Amino acid sequence: MSGEKQVGIVLVSHSGPVAKAVAELARGLAAGGATAPVAAAGGTSAGGLGTSAELIAEAARAVDGGAGIALLVDLGSAVLTVKSMLAEGGELPGGARLVDAPFVEGAVAALVTASAGGDLDAVEAAATDAYGYRKA
Amino acid sequence: MLDTDFFRRWMAATAAAVGREADRLTELDAAIGDADHGSNMRRGFAAVDEVLEKEGPTAPGDVLTLAGRQLISTVGGASGPLYGTLLRRTGKALGDAQEVTADQLADALGAGVAAVAQLGGAQAGDKTMLDALLPAVEVLGTSFVEARDAALAGALATVPLRARKGRASYLGERSIGHQDPGAASAALLVGALAEASGTSGGGDA
Repeated sequence: MSGEKQVGIVLVSHSGPVAKAVAELARGLAAGGATAPVAAAGGTSAGGLGTSAELIAEAARAVDGGAGIALLVDLGSAVLTVKSMLAEGGELPGGARLVDAPFVEGAVAALVTASAGGDLDAVEAAATDAYGYRKA
Repeated sequence: MLDTDFFRRWMAATAAAVGREADRLTELDAAIGDADHGSNMRRGFAAVDEVLEKEGPTAPGDVLTLAGRQLISTVGGASGPLYGTLLRRTGKALGDAQEVTADQLADALGAGVAAVAQLGGAQAGDKTMLDALLPAVEVLGTSFVEARDAALAGALATVPLRARKGRASYLGERSIGHQDPGAASAALLVGALAEASGTSGGGDA
């Protein structure tokens, strides 16, 4: 757990700006120093609202350090696109996993955990746990 | 027997149909969705046309696998992974046979429809594309024209249903009274089968 190999995080949203901003937020809240790799894959390749398999694959390759990749998604086509890419095999690096988590809170929890050297199971558990935090 | 050329004609007829009906699909989607279904399907199947032209697949299963992969990578909305999974899984089920029977296609499409149901977590009566596809698959081995009619009837039967999946489900009761756009486009896909086999002519619908 020396931080040599960290889990990568991919944030898939319908909106490019949302994915980017959540990545920024997670980085800002995760730590003072360097964090685990996190990449945004928001919107379509043309910059519209939607989901792009191409951008997702690119982001996954960018954060792949060999310790696994946690993909967090917002809704609708983001969920379905990642699921169908995982079902195909070969479209995402090995060790990529869809993590069932609230998008914003899960991203923060996942990045904190990954930056601390947690493995993919730990990252997934932390992100999913974020569902349990009640606000009212 | 259905050869590679038949499957190419099926995809071309689907592209033509969703192109022709794009405005209607988008109007249906505007009522209960986000008003992009027609343009998404038109863009997706136009890209399918292109990739089939470019790569020239040589087996029925390859045509559908390639088409499905293309839809997933070009559509950008939920219909991409859903129709992509449908065609890709159907293509895989056909394997590398050079010709297939209508019964084999019916079985393969059944596997594709099951994969769609699993991907979206939907079932019959949820006001989705499955409501057109499931009744069509049942009679597909007998007749493509019957399958087309079953899919159309299934799509129309989504009007009084309440949506349980996708964006339309957020509308609750207000989704009632509108035809599901995914069921409508699924009926076009099945109708294109009859067209590709040359049995749609004659105005028998």
